[in-house]
Amino acid sequence: MTSLIRTGLPAYVMVAGLAFLALLPLLAEWVDNIFLIDLFMRLMILSIAAVGLNLILGYGGMVSFGHAAYLVIGAYAVGIPAYYDIYDGFLQFAIAIFASAAVALVTGAIALRTKGVYFIMITMAFAQMVYFTFVSIEEYGADDGLTINMRSEFAGLLDIEDNFTLYYFVLVSLIAVLGLVYRIVHSRFGMVISGAKGNERRMQAVGFPTYRYRLVCYVISGAICGYAGALLGNFTNFITPEMGDWVHSGELIFMVVLGGAGSLFGPVLGTAVFILLEEYLSRLTQYWHFPFGAMLILVVIFTRGGINGMFRWLGMKSGIGGRS
Amino acid sequence: MSGAFLEVRNLYKSYGGIAATDHVDLDVRQSELHAIIGPNGAGKTTLISQLSGEIDPDGGTIRFDGRDMTRTPAYKRSLLGLARSFQITSLMLDMTVLENVALAVQAHAGHSFRFWRAARKDPALTEPAMAALAAVGLQDRANDVAQAMSHGEHRQLEIAMALATKPVLLLLDEPMAGMGVEESKRMVEILRSLKGEKTMLLIEHDMDAVFALADRISVLVYGRVIATGTPEEIRGDEAVRRAYLGDEVA
Repeated sequence: MTSLIRTGLPAYVMVAGLAFLALLPLLAEWVDNIFLIDLFMRLMILSIAAVGLNLILGYGGMVSFGHAAYLVIGAYAVGIPAYYDIYDGFLQFAIAIFASAAVALVTGAIALRTKGVYFIMITMAFAQMVYFTFVSIEEYGADDGLTINMRSEFAGLLDIEDNFTLYYFVLVSLIAVLGLVYRIVHSRFGMVISGAKGNERRMQAVGFPTYRYRLVCYVISGAICGYAGALLGNFTNFITPEMGDWVHSGELIFMVVLGGAGSLFGPVLGTAVFILLEEYLSRLTQYWHFPFGAMLILVVIFTRGGINGMFRWLGMKSGIGGRS
Repeated sequence: MSGAFLEVRNLYKSYGGIAATDHVDLDVRQSELHAIIGPNGAGKTTLISQLSGEIDPDGGTIRFDGRDMTRTPAYKRSLLGLARSFQITSLMLDMTVLENVALAVQAHAGHSFRFWRAARKDPALTEPAMAALAAVGLQDRANDVAQAMSHGEHRQLEIAMALATKPVLLLLDEPMAGMGVEESKRMVEILRSLKGEKTMLLIEHDMDAVFALADRISVLVYGRVIATGTPEEIRGDEAVRRAYLGDEVA
């Protein structure tokens, strides 16, 4: 089972989870609760963002407090063309990915010259700059946001106007991103990233220009979040700069840490717990933030390694997240 | 030009007015084992950190194999064939022993912007890494997590990582620090087996080891080289006796 421990997920849990996600739309129809589809779609889209963030946070040890900015950039990459009646999905998603990558390249090049708390602060500052940039553009609705009249069109190949189709589009995207991150973290590149997390000074002494590798990793991570943002824009049909507020960057970090940073499926697990608790606790009481916060603190204190670590602590040998 | 392999001239570094490296001249000849000794606080580690490129000197020059590399960044020096081991064990502790060494191999196997193929099973990385582990006697520990090893084994792993970069010059910062008698003996054997093959600059407190291994010795006191010579010459040097060896050798 060694390779599966590396992916971090016992095969049956992975298969069960995917089967559940794949069958959810049918289940939702069966229990006559179409709302479930929306809930799980949001969950999967934010999972993609969390998986992207985990690439630098979990594997690379770089705590970015500004990744919601890439969600906004991705969302506006759909919204702004749509505003001009351009609905070509290939174009919109390409803009989302490349614009996020470009912003990550510039801000990362500066932020990665710092470490620790300074890195956290500077990534947050850049994210706020993105936030206020969109707030200040009157043409695109400023802080009132922008309505997207039509979802992306993929030359007739795929009609995501249909919620079912969009759902499966998101699911396939999630699987693809997980696959991509899996390959990256096990590649030579990934080894450099986790080596630099463990001991950057040693990595340099042994011959690695670590800064370059970290920057490329940061750019990939931003691009993944930008892609998630484009999905989010399509999903909500209504986008506001508020999506990029620092609070949401913090939530992304929570999702990663909650599930288990540095494990492949940890962020998905964390996002699921986060979104579902948020959804159902908020129905029980309007003061749901309180038990929610208390729970987060307990998870962080008692289970190093997030919910994954908890599984391992409870005696599931490989955990649901595993080591790498 | 003295033709030395590593040629340090007038090297100077100060911290808040205190000279940690005080106009040091040092020549390391090809394939010799050159030891640097000196009391605590003599600036030995500061000196080696300037040679490896981690600390920028305030003045002076470092030439390596005829090339000025006073301002060359650390990773480039490594690629030019200069490797260092650290006094305070510096490893990727959450990785396995093999992964640590394989990374050292990987650093010298072209760029690492390779995103797709799994690195852990790449024989181009693991085979040279295993060879380096065998050279220090750690081949049986390859799949253990580095954290789980003893201090002595960490020191051996440090050497294996340095060796895996196929260096021509090894900078060894107190490889025997904190070792027991048996472990020290083993390290002496490892270094002896590398003699002649690699040029080595050895910083060490263990005088028995230094005098057993070194071809030449330089004595560093308060950031200054007060003597350089063969072990015999150093033993007989009046200034050295006074400054440092006095109570140990007498």
